Amino acid sequence: MVEVEERLGERLLGGGRVTTAREEILRRIRRATHDVPKDEHPGDVSVERGYRNRDDAPREEIVARFAERVAEYEATVHRVSEDKLPRAIAEACERRGIKQLVIPPGLPEGWVPDGIELLRDGASMRLSNEELDWSDGVLTGCALGISQTGTIVLTVGEAQGRRALTLLPDYHLCVVREEQVVGLVPEAFAQLEEALKGERRAITFISGPSATSDIELNRVEGVHGPRTLEVLIAG
Amino acid sequence: MEIKAPDAFSGGRTPSFEESARESLADTQLRRNLGKATQTIRRKRAVAVEEMPDWEQLREAGRALKERTLRHLDEYLLQLEESVKRAGGRVHWARDAEEANGIIAGIAKSHKAREVVKVKSIATDETKLNEHLEGEGIEAFETDLAELIIQLAGETSSHILVPAIHKNRSEIRELFMRKLGARGLSDDPPDLANVARLYLREKFLGAKVGISGANFAVAETGTVCVVESEGNGRMCTTLPPVLVTLMGIEKVIPTWRDYEVFMQLLPRSSTAERMNPYTSFWTGVSEGDGPQEFHLVLMDNGRTEVLADEIGRQTLNCIRCSACLNVCPVYERTGGHAYNSVYPGPIGAILTPQLVGIGRPGSDSLPYASSLCGACYEVCPVKINIPEVLIHLRGKVVRHKQDEGSIKGKLDPENVAMKAMAKTFSDRRLYEGAQRAARIGQWPLARGGTIHRLPGRLAGWTEARELKPVPEQTFREWWRSRNGSAKDSSGAGA
Repeated sequence: MVEVEERLGERLLGGGRVTTAREEILRRIRRATHDVPKDEHPGDVSVERGYRNRDDAPREEIVARFAERVAEYEATVHRVSEDKLPRAIAEACERRGIKQLVIPPGLPEGWVPDGIELLRDGASMRLSNEELDWSDGVLTGCALGISQTGTIVLTVGEAQGRRALTLLPDYHLCVVREEQVVGLVPEAFAQLEEALKGERRAITFISGPSATSDIELNRVEGVHGPRTLEVLIAG
Repeated sequence: MEIKAPDAFSGGRTPSFEESARESLADTQLRRNLGKATQTIRRKRAVAVEEMPDWEQLREAGRALKERTLRHLDEYLLQLEESVKRAGGRVHWARDAEEANGIIAGIAKSHKAREVVKVKSIATDETKLNEHLEGEGIEAFETDLAELIIQLAGETSSHILVPAIHKNRSEIRELFMRKLGARGLSDDPPDLANVARLYLREKFLGAKVGISGANFAVAETGTVCVVESEGNGRMCTTLPPVLVTLMGIEKVIPTWRDYEVFMQLLPRSSTAERMNPYTSFWTGVSEGDGPQEFHLVLMDNGRTEVLADEIGRQTLNCIRCSACLNVCPVYERTGGHAYNSVYPGPIGAILTPQLVGIGRPGSDSLPYASSLCGACYEVCPVKINIPEVLIHLRGKVVRHKQDEGSIKGKLDPENVAMKAMAKTFSDRRLYEGAQRAARIGQWPLARGGTIHRLPGRLAGWTEARELKPVPEQTFREWWRSRNGSAKDSSGAGA
């Protein structure tokens, strides 16, 4: 398969032209930057990182701010204690009239509410895009939350599932555990570095439901992604 | 409204900014739409930035990171290529728009795709990818709501971030009813957005090939990123089995950690939000999730020319946030179409002429589309000194005219006047002679110590302001008369 594509690519691009473009662009860049001393290393160009790296506020304040800022994006937010979580999930589904729910691999079994048809996605039994599109909603965990910006981060990890799962259903119910909330944006990127460099999984930042301001700059929720985002903060 | 007017990147001759601006200024609907939009977003941005005590430190870090990257662009691109390949992606290099379009069309054709879905990408607007694909029998569907609106209307973008900023809701309603056959539609924005949702969902689910631009790509890890609001970016980069990303070579950043700077600067500067609704980061291909074939096309198309200019180089810092458009008093009144380029506003006024090269009458007029008020520099999240580059480019445009050597260039009134002025200013005798001549020449114009109207080609200067006449006596003359000596003591520190 790969071989066929290589051949196709070469034929379409006129044989060795790919290398030529590469070399030519590199040559142009080197000519354009001839003012840069030959012995200068990228690290020699100093980058002053004087911005904030850590939020030293008390934990409770960080979590409260996260809840507040997620809500400002027109997402529904509830704070619940860990033991009340299954109940809160069941109530949320009831409120929205959810009859069937997409479930990613690794989701704690205790979270799954009774009396709802479950569409389980897994490596061996993948749901089709159409099944996801027609489903009522999806229930996931997350990798972390960012308090500063009210952002939920998904990394295709445990209890999160592949990207399409949180994209096609119209309703996304997301559980964030309090200890997953970090303070500032740089803290999040520092934490994600490991996951990224290890398995190279895709990372998605979600800040409120899908929205557009394209019509007279009026914010409208839900153009292509889930129109409703509901967040349960468990602690 | 211009329908698919030629722009600076489509070859051919474009009108000057002045000519096009006159047309836009006459459109009162356009001015109303624009005024409302730019004022709203300006106010919101100020609030979003005020919240950040370390905004200036972030700006400085952003600028410095871009400087580091641009000074060593060759190394970073090679590293990016290596990283993307290691992660299972393929990398292509394109010297110009034609080559980039050819590569993308080739990939689509190798998968027998008749339709492709696209997420808003100015790079592909620059290369006129949609037209090229159409010529190859492939239909490209824009999936960003605003891009869909202007694609259906057969128009071009007028703003980097909100391309349909020039259209109001009733115009959009009418368009959707006519083009998408929507019946009984109100002009309520949620209703209008829902029509787009239903129409495009089908396209997303059926497309074999997705095409995107890139906001950033990390050399260290090969991680590409698309920043968006609607979810169409997630759709295009997740659902089709094949993904092709076109990026300008200046979009590379050194390390994963550098995102912590740009992902704070970009959302607040562009949509005035703490964070935009969706950001997708992907690294090559990953098994069982998303596209199983990923192509990254690295495009030059004039960028190395910008890089070669030591003052103009900072233009490549641009992260396409559009903050400079929203604060520009010129853009606010003329709108984006007057710039005849996919890059409008202050950033377009410096980027376009550099990308297409000095010496084209249309884009040569762009560095003059500014009052040099400096508002753009103040809001720029990566500290591009736009006024400095504007003045630098004005100089280049004039020098180009002089160097052209043609009779027309030599006889250009501005050119002749500037040459005479340079000569006068560099010779004291000539300068003092000119002062005396001006004193005599101005008497029919000066009324009550003010010149209200200059004649002929100079009239433009006094259209909106008054001019002080040359005084009866200069300081030097006064000094000489005070000493009662006509003898000149040059170099005496007078």
